Amino acid sequence: MVQLTLPKNSRITTGKTWPKPEGAKNVRKFQIYRWNPDDGKNPCVDTYFVDLDTCGPMILDALIKIKNEIDPTLTFRRSCREGICGSCAMNIDGINTLACIYGMDEVKGDVKIYPLPHMPVVKDLIPDLTHFYAQHASIMPWLETKTNTPAKEWKQSVEDREKLDGLYECVMCACCSTSCPSYWWNGDRYLGPAALLHAYRWIIDSRDEATGERLDELEDPFKLYRCHTIMNCAKTCPKGLNPAKAIGSIKKMMVERHV
Amino acid sequence: MADVNRGNRPLSPHLQIYRPQLTSITSILTRITGNALLISGLLIVWWFLAASYGPEAFATADGVLTSWFGDLVLALSVLGLWYHTLAGVRHLIWDTGRGFEIETAEKLGWACLGGSVLLTLITLIAV
Repeated sequence: MVQLTLPKNSRITTGKTWPKPEGAKNVRKFQIYRWNPDDGKNPCVDTYFVDLDTCGPMILDALIKIKNEIDPTLTFRRSCREGICGSCAMNIDGINTLACIYGMDEVKGDVKIYPLPHMPVVKDLIPDLTHFYAQHASIMPWLETKTNTPAKEWKQSVEDREKLDGLYECVMCACCSTSCPSYWWNGDRYLGPAALLHAYRWIIDSRDEATGERLDELEDPFKLYRCHTIMNCAKTCPKGLNPAKAIGSIKKMMVERHV
Repeated sequence: MADVNRGNRPLSPHLQIYRPQLTSITSILTRITGNALLISGLLIVWWFLAASYGPEAFATADGVLTSWFGDLVLALSVLGLWYHTLAGVRHLIWDTGRGFEIETAEKLGWACLGGSVLLTLITLIAV
């Protein structure tokens, strides 16, 4: 359901302003969402100042510097620091992206950082992705076959393999789904761009033999058809993929199989 | 699907912080104009009903709808109608599986916005 305002326990208050680093000349202001499950308070936005002369170029570099040198309680996920694990997905400067591959020079003015939108917060910048992962699992993200397993391998032509380009690269960071207003309002039943992109990745895989079942499963007013081509997903994908296009292709296949 | 909100977890901000995109604005405008046109449609129906009801009723309805305020509402309705029509055409293009590249989708968005203004001006001049 559409709820434009935040619930009472989620309203954001002004937080602490942490001291500026001494003697720093090139300082950048960071405003970061904080919520601590242990103190019973509402979320707040803390202000930090980072000395850019002693910091790496990416947003993640600044977050790690804050955690190391200013406030060790700041909590966020990160791992590969090169855009392949999808852990550091967050809302930076109003769009969802990966902190590790988003440069500080891409942000004008103060850097505002929030967790991925419209998600239950575990702590600070960490959203609970349980439901998101369950939706991914529900589309059967594996090869379904009925014929006997070949002696060596399931073969695929070069042309059929190319159909998976722009789909297999998804790292499940959840930037797209959590950028989608339809997913905000109906995320309980609408699968969202990430799960649907993965669904399409298996639907058009020439080796998969459950295309009909996969389409049957998606033929639902909510699971698929809550996509209204808002395209926030494609605009925000840090890997440059286009879930909106994948969803459009599924919708087209739905029509084509009935005519 | 899964037990998500364990404890009293807050909901992270969404509309409050997400930067509006051309494609998201043109999308919500489609819905807004669609709903507004329902009201415009009712006004037109009122006009016709009043005409069939009698001279006094028609005078009232006609008076409201041809006043400066009525003109404004109906002119905006023309804008809404053109916008909603063009956005509908954009959806038909998407339904064929085309126009999903971000650059193309944004061009289509600008075409809906600019086209509806242009077509409204032409309509108002022609009528």
